This record gives sequence, structure tokens and C-alpha cells, in this order.
Amino acid sequence: MNTTPQSDSVLEIRNLFIAYEPERYAVKDVSASIKRNRITAIMGPSGCGKSTLLRGMNRMHELYPNIQTKGDILLDGKSIFSMSVIELRRRVGMVFQRPNPFPNMTIYENVVAGFSLNDIRLKKNQRDEIVENALRNVALWDEVKESLFRKGTFLSGGQQQRLCVARAIAFNPDVLLLDEPTSALDPIATSKIEDLLGELKKKYTLVLVTHNMSQAARISDDSMFMYLGELVESGPTGTLFTNPKDSRTEAYLTGKFG
Amino acid sequence: MSGDRITKALLFISSLTILLLSAGIVISLFGGSIPAFREFGLRFITSSAWNPTAGSEEYGAMAFIAGTVITSILALIICIPMAFTTSLFIAEYYRDTRISGILRSLVDLLAGIPSIVYGFWGFYALRPLLVSTGLSDQGFGVFTASLVLAIMIVPYATSLSAEIISMVPAELKEAAYSLGATRREVIFSVVIPSARSGIIASFILALGRALGETMAVTMLIGNANVIPKGLFAPGNTMASVIANQFGEASGLKMSALIAVGLLLFLITALVNYLGKLIIKRFA
Repeated sequence: MNTTPQSDSVLEIRNLFIAYEPERYAVKDVSASIKRNRITAIMGPSGCGKSTLLRGMNRMHELYPNIQTKGDILLDGKSIFSMSVIELRRRVGMVFQRPNPFPNMTIYENVVAGFSLNDIRLKKNQRDEIVENALRNVALWDEVKESLFRKGTFLSGGQQQRLCVARAIAFNPDVLLLDEPTSALDPIATSKIEDLLGELKKKYTLVLVTHNMSQAARISDDSMFMYLGELVESGPTGTLFTNPKDSRTEAYLTGKFG
Repeated sequence: MSGDRITKALLFISSLTILLLSAGIVISLFGGSIPAFREFGLRFITSSAWNPTAGSEEYGAMAFIAGTVITSILALIICIPMAFTTSLFIAEYYRDTRISGILRSLVDLLAGIPSIVYGFWGFYALRPLLVSTGLSDQGFGVFTASLVLAIMIVPYATSLSAEIISMVPAELKEAAYSLGATRREVIFSVVIPSARSGIIASFILALGRALGETMAVTMLIGNANVIPKGLFAPGNTMASVIANQFGEASGLKMSALIAVGLLLFLITALVNYLGKLIIKRFA
């Protein structure tokens, strides 16, 4: 638990509402700020809107039909709704619940998939460098450097998830969003990912959705607790866990619901 | 326990019935075609003669094999762009929308139209249109038959491909979107490659249907027992020659028709086998 005082905020969420159907809000009037080079955990029981909020941060929620969004999110002071989603998603990357490397691509191709998907042409040595750096950053390089041209789906679940992190950071984004990235992994793979996140926050800002409270307590610097679409409470993880202000937060932390 | 045993026995008997039925069909096809093959040997396949005059009887299946293969492949070529784009529209681009649902029902509706009705439509609507273009004297021929055949197999190819395309995991598409891919890029770099073998399989199954399709083709192909000389020339297919001639056939001619049926069966089986081989290679 990091207690660095006064970090500046990368993402500024302002009165955000997200509805999947008219007047049925999954996220209700959420305002929060995500601080640079820290891990912010979003917690809450299933259906509380934590994933929706996370997806709102790179506008992935817009993939659902009939979605309605009100309010604003600023990325370094600029509204993400005024940017192209392509630019936004390059600056705010994402890792999903289940490892999802592209099955038709090799490990190497998976890491640079963001570039090839966007038709960005790179020289071979640039590509090689990006692949090696990204794989080193996720501590996967030594394990796969001999098999870069094998399919990514041959890797173990934990390795696949690290490959997906590598793919997301290949663009060198500002923010990395992680949607329960360890929920499909075994304890050893989970702890490797957790260690990795601790390393990655030196370079990136991480936002982590988790329903695993002890994970949030272990690795996050700031925490947000959501309930029924509302942001009930947020603050430094140490404070929120030891001295919650809201009775609902306390109830959740003590296992009364969730 | 005994209920279990009864279920098992019933299932076993049903499966055995299917097995016996198919074995019976194959055996009678082989048995029935023996006289023709004994008389003409391999020439039955390579020759395109079809002469039922008593005394100088000669039968060869080449004209019908050619007609079947040409019309089916042409139909498949015409079908692919329609079915592929429609399945993308239904299962990816407009998935879960009203328009996609409507289109899906229309495609299913097309699949339910009887062959003879397609034949009628081809005969009274399409054929005069072709005549009016001047490309064909009477409008009968390979092209007319293939066009109607293509329309007939579009629904199968479309709904199978759409099924496959909608099975591409959402998480793969999300991964691509999260990397800043556009809709087009997601479709071409993730959806189509992931669904490729399934899409190919659906077209091969469609080809299998086209090979055996009878009524509509019979009404439009012109029923000339020759290898078609061109796109607008008449010809005949294996299924259609059987349908046209079995009623008046006996003796050697009947055997020749059964042999044509056997060949059609073998070609269809081969196409399905090839399809599975391709799927294995891609998977």
C-alpha cells in the first residue's frame, strides 16, 4: 500500500451516468479521479457497475447497442468523448477477465496486433524491439523468446494473460484498465500477475476491477467501492479498508454482502 | 437400471436402423449399376454417349457429370458473394438488431421454398429475362440453371455461415476493439480469420446441396444429353437425367441410370470428405 501524497490525476470522471436501457442506470452519477502511477482498485458486488465504469474509461461500453452515456471523463484534461475511440484506446489499454490472445496469430504477432490491426506499418527492427520490450515488461520474454513464432494459445493461462498485458502495453498507453484479470487464473499465476502489476505501475497508471477484496488490499494504492451503480466511497486503500466512512462499504468489507 | 437398459437398447436399435438403411441404399446402388458397368466398363464414366435405341444402346455419364459439376460450381461462385456478405451483415455488422432479425427470417423463408417453385420462377420470370438480353435463344441452359441453383443454396450457406460467424467469441472482438481497431478491422482481422474454416465448410455443404438439386434444374437446364458447349448452352445434370428418364427406363438403361445415381452419390461423398479435410487443415 503506497501512500504517496498528492499524485496528479490522469483520468477525471465527472458525474458519469451509463444506462443500458433508458432510465436504467448501471453507473449513476460517479465522480472520481484516477491518480498517475498508482493502482486504483474498483470493488463491489456483482452487478454494481464496476465493469461498466471501467469500460466507460476507454469507451468500450459503447460496443453495446442502445447505450446511453451522460457526464464526462477527462484524460489529461481532455474529454475522452471528444477524441476518436482509436486514439483513446491506444492511450487507455485494456486487459480482460479471460486471457484472449488472438488464436490465429503467433506470440510475436499478438504483441504487435495493435499495430497490425490499425494498419500501422513498422520496420522489422522496430517491431522486434517493441515485442522484446513488451514481453520483458511482463516478465514473459525469457519464457517465450525461443517460441515467438508459435501460436499464443499454446501458452498456459497465466502466460496468455501476461501476453495480453504485453499486447496492451505495446502501444505504451497512459492507462491500463484491467477487468478482473486474475479471475480465470490459478493462485500461482495470479500472484505473478499481481507482482507484474506492482512493476507496471512505475510506467503506467492502472485501474483494476476486482471482486477479490484481499487482492485489492494487497496491490492497490487507491480503492473505489461501488454499490448499485453508485460510487459509495473512494480513497487511499489503507484508509478505505481500515476506516470506511460509509456503512455499506463496511458491510461489504466485512462480508455482509458481495 | 432396467430403464437405462431399455433406453440403451432403443438407441442402439435406432442407430442400427440408420446404418442398415444407408448400407441398403449403397448395396442396391452398386447392385443395380453392375449391368451398366459390366457392359461399358470405365467408358461409362468417360463417354458422353447416351443412345437408348434398341440394338445400338450405349450409355455414358460424362455429359451429366460435366453438367452437374459445372452448374454446381457456377452456382457456388454466384452464391459466395451473396451469402458471405449477407451472413456478415446478419451475424456481425447488424447483429442483435431488428433488421438483422428480419433478414434472418427472410433467409429462412427462402430456404423453405420448394424446389419446384424456384423452378417455376426461373421458368416464367428469369428465362424470359435472359431471352430479352439476347444472350440465349430460349433461355434454357447452364447459366439459367446455375443462377436459380445459386439462389436456392444462398439460404443454406448464409444461415450456416451466420451461425459460425456469430460463434466467434466476443472476447476476441473486444480485444481487437480495445487495441483501437475499427469495425472493419475487427471483421477482417479477427472475425473472418477465426470463422474461416467454418465459413468454408458452410460453402462446401452448400455445394453438396447444389450437386443433388433436381427439380428446378431439370426445368431450366434444357435437358440436352451433351456436355454443355457454353454458359448459355443447354446440358443436363445427373439428378435431372434420372428424374426425367427413370419412368420409361428398363433393362440396361435402368442400370445406367442407377449407375449415374451411384456416381452422384460418390461425388457428393467426395465433396463432403474434401470439406472435412479442409476444415481439419485450417482448424
